[in-house]
Amino acid sequence: MTALADYNFAYLDEQTKRMIRRAILKAIAIPGYQVPFASREMPMPYGWGTGGVQVTASILGPHDVLKVIDQGADDTTNAVSIRAFFQKVANVAVTTKTSEATIIQTRHRIPEETLGVNQVLVYQVPIPEPLRFLEPRETETRQMHALEEYGLMHVKLYEDIARHGRIATTYAYPVKVAGRYVMDPSPTPKFDNPKMNQSAALQLFGAGREKRIYAVPPYTDVVSLDFEDHPFEVQTFEKPCALCGARHVYLDEVVLDDKGGRMFVCSDTDFCETRREEGHRGEMLGDIKEAAE
Amino acid sequence: MSDQPLLNVRGVSKFYGSRVGCMDVSFDLWPGEVLAIVGESGSGKTTLLNCLATRLMPTTGCVQYRMRGGNLRDLYQMSDAERRFLMRTDWGFVHQNPADGLRMTVSAGANVGERLMAVGNRHYGNIRTTASDWLERVEIAQDRIDDQPRAFSGGMRQRLQIARNLVTSPRLVFMDEPTGGLDVSVQARLLDLVRGLVSDLGLAVIVVTHDLAVARLLSHRMMVMKGGKVIEQGLTDRVLDDPREPYTQLLVSSILQV
Ligand SMILES: Nc1ncnc2c1ncn2[C@@H]1O[C@H](COP(=O)(O)OP(=O)(O)O)[C@@H](O)[C@H]1O
Ligand SMILES: [Mg+2]
Ligand SMILES: [Zn+2]
Repeated sequence: MTALADYNFAYLDEQTKRMIRRAILKAIAIPGYQVPFASREMPMPYGWGTGGVQVTASILGPHDVLKVIDQGADDTTNAVSIRAFFQKVANVAVTTKTSEATIIQTRHRIPEETLGVNQVLVYQVPIPEPLRFLEPRETETRQMHALEEYGLMHVKLYEDIARHGRIATTYAYPVKVAGRYVMDPSPTPKFDNPKMNQSAALQLFGAGREKRIYAVPPYTDVVSLDFEDHPFEVQTFEKPCALCGARHVYLDEVVLDDKGGRMFVCSDTDFCETRREEGHRGEMLGDIKEAAE
Repeated sequence: MSDQPLLNVRGVSKFYGSRVGCMDVSFDLWPGEVLAIVGESGSGKTTLLNCLATRLMPTTGCVQYRMRGGNLRDLYQMSDAERRFLMRTDWGFVHQNPADGLRMTVSAGANVGERLMAVGNRHYGNIRTTASDWLERVEIAQDRIDDQPRAFSGGMRQRLQIARNLVTSPRLVFMDEPTGGLDVSVQARLLDLVRGLVSDLGLAVIVVTHDLAVARLLSHRMMVMKGGKVIEQGLTDRVLDDPREPYTQLLVSSILQV
């Protein structure tokens, strides 16, 4: 890793950053449209968020404060290495606090805390094409986007209902952006879809292997596709977070022992910690009052 | 049949490099009319059909289509968006190989429902009811609605492909050897079904076949092709019972010998 010291600020050379910024600008100008870009090799394998890393590298300035999450947590291997990478190549400040970050790179989650106008959310995307599921031909999917032929997306939802009695898609749930392009929010749970709608923060999506960038500008309509008689619904959880007592947040299951003991806790670890610092207590930490509220 | 043609075809030719696909074809098709295009393999039937259905651009020629509103539109001057909309609403295309016209990995119900969803139907219950009705109409048991066509026989697949095309009540359906890949016994049943649907729905159909028996059973009128050109056309009974061209006489006599 010492060789990295010789690299340009944020690893990518300025020429490459300009190319990626142009793609980002185009993506912002056409919300939800997948802009092809010349994805570069990054010093990490595909599947580790090389698309998101290139987007972050291209928008990062020396005064930015970076947060990186994976499944809502700041301390997973993937999040830790991407954070360490940018500390090394850009010497930027990093944080785990959502409210302090100016750029948040994410895989799988949108933070629970509402994002503001001075924040950018960068998504790491594995498969950007929402139509790929039923139409493998790239020439055809491009044509379908160009002509707004999105019947196929509903075929997918139809199949879900026919098979499971309801729309069983729980993540990568397709949305329509600004009333025009259908977009794959990628591996985020559908629980987070409503947070994309009219968000004050700029949302950028980078797919490294597939060489695509797309965006949702601030205050843009993002609508989850559904049927009139099977409307879009987010997941609900029976109990609040076992640690901080939060309701209406996305919970992960944690196995406690080998006797079937388990608990549900916030997937957004920063959110959970902040609430506990504020004195909130869930069932596991003994505050019955809040859990029963 | 109405008093104005649905389709005006004028001087349509398609060359593949220097090879002739079809040459200088002109005819009118009337609403509700079934036209058979017959001829031996390589005579240009599929090329002509694909040009008419705008799946291929002809080298020269003009085809006008009468839209539902009554106005005539030049098919080759339309935008891609308009043409594709026409193809999934007012037209149908039945391929010889059902796998080319079906989505093999989604259920029968979704195969039939796709066009409805494509034109903006967003009520699952209604889409399913319509799909179920159409399965019944093409003699597929309604309890097969959630099965994929992969699990269907060749005849069922072809009937599913037909249902998938007819669900938006098209006015014009193109068929390329619709019975071509099927066993003889299955062919007869399919032909009966198609004949019934065509007359019930008042469909105009252009059907390509090398099988004169198919032409006899389905069509009102037929065109005989040879070397890319239409060499004889007329009412089906007249052409089959009293062929004028020596080539047609040969074709007809060879089937009679079978
Ligand atoms: N894609 C193609 N490229 C070159 N030649 C073709 C192509 N398709 C068809 N042809 C030629 O055009 C002629 C007509 O073919 P086709 O329309 O398929 O006839 P039919 O359907 O009557 O069997 C044949 O000589 C065939 O070899
Ligand atoms: Mg052919
Ligand atoms: Zn919590």
